[in-house]
Amino acid sequence: MAVLTEEQSMLRDAAKSWVQEKSPVTAFRKMRDSGAELGYDVAAWNEMAEMGWAGVIIPEEYGGSNFGYLSLGLVLEELGRTLTASPLIASGLAGASALILGGSDAQKSEWLPKIADGSAVAALAVDEGPHHRPEKVEATVSGGKLTGKKTFVIEGMAANVFVVSATEGGKIELYLVKADDAGVKRTKLSLADSRGAANVEFNGAAAEKLTGGAELLEKVLDRARAGLAAEMLGAATQAFEITLDYLKTRVQFGQVIGSFQALQHRAAKMFTELELARSAVEAALTAIDNDAPDVPELVSLSKAKMGDTFHLVSNEMVQMHGGIGMTDAHDAGFYLKRARAAEAAFGNQAFHRDRYARINGY
Amino acid sequence: MADFGGTDLEAFRKEVREWVEANFPASLKGKPNPMAREERGAPPTPEQEAWRKAVGEKGWGTPTWPKEYGGGGLSGAQARIVQGEFARAGAYNPIGGMGVMMFGPTLLEYGTEAQKQEHIPPICRGELQWCQGFSEPGAGSDLAALQTKAEDKGDHFIINGSKIWTSGGQYADWMFCLVRTDNTKKHEGISFVMFPMDQPGVEVRPIVLINGMAPFAETFFTDARAEKKDLLGPLNGGWTIAKRLLQHERSGISGMGGGGGMMGPSLADLAKKYVGVDEKGRIDDQDLRNRIIRNMMDTKVFQQTAFRVMAESKGNSGPSAATSIMKNAGTWLAQDRHELTLEIMGHQGLGWEGETFQKDELEIVRAWLYGKAFTIFGGSQEVQSNIVSKRILGLPDLTQSK
Repeated sequence: MAVLTEEQSMLRDAAKSWVQEKSPVTAFRKMRDSGAELGYDVAAWNEMAEMGWAGVIIPEEYGGSNFGYLSLGLVLEELGRTLTASPLIASGLAGASALILGGSDAQKSEWLPKIADGSAVAALAVDEGPHHRPEKVEATVSGGKLTGKKTFVIEGMAANVFVVSATEGGKIELYLVKADDAGVKRTKLSLADSRGAANVEFNGAAAEKLTGGAELLEKVLDRARAGLAAEMLGAATQAFEITLDYLKTRVQFGQVIGSFQALQHRAAKMFTELELARSAVEAALTAIDNDAPDVPELVSLSKAKMGDTFHLVSNEMVQMHGGIGMTDAHDAGFYLKRARAAEAAFGNQAFHRDRYARINGY
Repeated sequence: MADFGGTDLEAFRKEVREWVEANFPASLKGKPNPMAREERGAPPTPEQEAWRKAVGEKGWGTPTWPKEYGGGGLSGAQARIVQGEFARAGAYNPIGGMGVMMFGPTLLEYGTEAQKQEHIPPICRGELQWCQGFSEPGAGSDLAALQTKAEDKGDHFIINGSKIWTSGGQYADWMFCLVRTDNTKKHEGISFVMFPMDQPGVEVRPIVLINGMAPFAETFFTDARAEKKDLLGPLNGGWTIAKRLLQHERSGISGMGGGGGMMGPSLADLAKKYVGVDEKGRIDDQDLRNRIIRNMMDTKVFQQTAFRVMAESKGNSGPSAATSIMKNAGTWLAQDRHELTLEIMGHQGLGWEGETFQKDELEIVRAWLYGKAFTIFGGSQEVQSNIVSKRILGLPDLTQSK
């Protein structure tokens, strides 16, 4: 655990106790079983917004607390532990970052206070196929109207405003498009992890440009990736702890299975990987807070390392639980499904390994 | 970090810089520490001796050790300044070896005042080399099974038995050694003693390894003598001290993963040279490139973790529980890096000797072979995993280790 300020410790403790009391994994299960249209529990989201979590990175003049990205990461880590579904990453992290970094005063005034109090949800619409390829953009803008198709938009059904990548005169730019525009058509996606997602078609929808072009897109994506990695760290840590508990209680051959060295060493390996991944996640968030020049490198490092680690731990969770881990009644499957969805979002491990090497010139 | 900054530190930096400029012989710039090599060739040159003495007098080779025993008496921040200024001048730290890495910190923690007064200052001055007598032919991973016997003879012990894998045993002046002083108990029958190597009852035979070198020795004791005053800790209380010392050893070994092993060109730069690049500037072997990327990323994460452990343990004394994780993580990375280097160099990386091969090419094949020891010594990777699983994860122990 990083060395935290007093404010950060308080924020993390508040998130920890709320998650444990109000949002255990049973809450996620209930949400999934209810077939919630948006992919999250709106009442829970409102509670989170009331506690100020949607405004952690938003400046105080726009209704936020301006606590920074490491602070938001602490909240996301706690939420990740119990797979709490919410639009915090799409809206309070990615959408808010796009506005903070690229919005005009008028755009910030219009959207940031609503994002901070949870009354509006923003969503990032950048992908146009099954893989994350942010530099490949076919959506175009001409005369202030945006046309194109975006896929796998996280919280696409809940969004009030989209942050959309498109080209204008051959240059990549980001645009704000209101979700209630007549030129917007969205289709709900039902994915394995039960979280909110949509494909979104834009047919000449009114688009307001943000300032910053492809560089802004990369900065926004890096912030989303770093925050998602923090959520993954929480989920992977919890998955490991649940599994460790099972190793200490499940008895076979007259002894707890955690006494078998074949399992002990795999548990030690998971613990090692989690400790290493935590360093990468915290370093990336800290670099963003410091506006360090190596943010892209450190973010790719954290997303790739965290992806590999969550992948390993989620597989081992099912395997070590044996048959019970295969049942829908057990939570292991939730962690496994969330792992793969989170790995694929904003670039999987292969994407970030290649990016890391390119940044470093090989 | 919090303890950086402040004008006092800047003044100290200036003082160190001026001192290094005045005392570091220019001819040694960029050279390695001759004493750090376990296989030493020629005796030290006058310049090397002068530099050792100068640093030893200041106590800056052991910067954070107490001044009253010859250490530098510096804060962590000041010590980092000394380290930084040495590096800036291309100067090695001439004070090193097992005395500094492992034995000194342990003695400072467990020694009596008289023991510290006697043994710490020569370590700080780099005058005496220490070696470790722990492992035996029948006591490797199961170290507490050791049989070397020490008989109480009033004011001294008489020692019989043998030790193996004694690092630098053939060059050492003193040994710190685990001996059995009670046959009826396993862990509680072990004592920690110190004695000089130059005595008739001690015989050292170097062991040639697969890399052609002999960094370790076998050491035989026939009625060797250790004085009672050189018993560290209580009689039959050596195991606790040994465990503590091994923590220091492991934190030193894990450093090879992210730090020490990182000298020279990166894997990516080597691959560009030996394998070439494609039209986009990427290493021209996709499979190899992917594995190089993984190693370089994992190395970076390892360094981030070392930094995090250090930041978090500030205020605590000594290494944290995470050192057991660091040893495995660091040594796996170093071994993987050796394998990748060999693969990058192809046949050129397999040269044993001769002028067809460059110096770094000849070194890598031996480093690769020696690297296989990393996951065996200082607690094998399996023992490390046992420790993590038992001490940190709280899983049941079936090996009866302690």
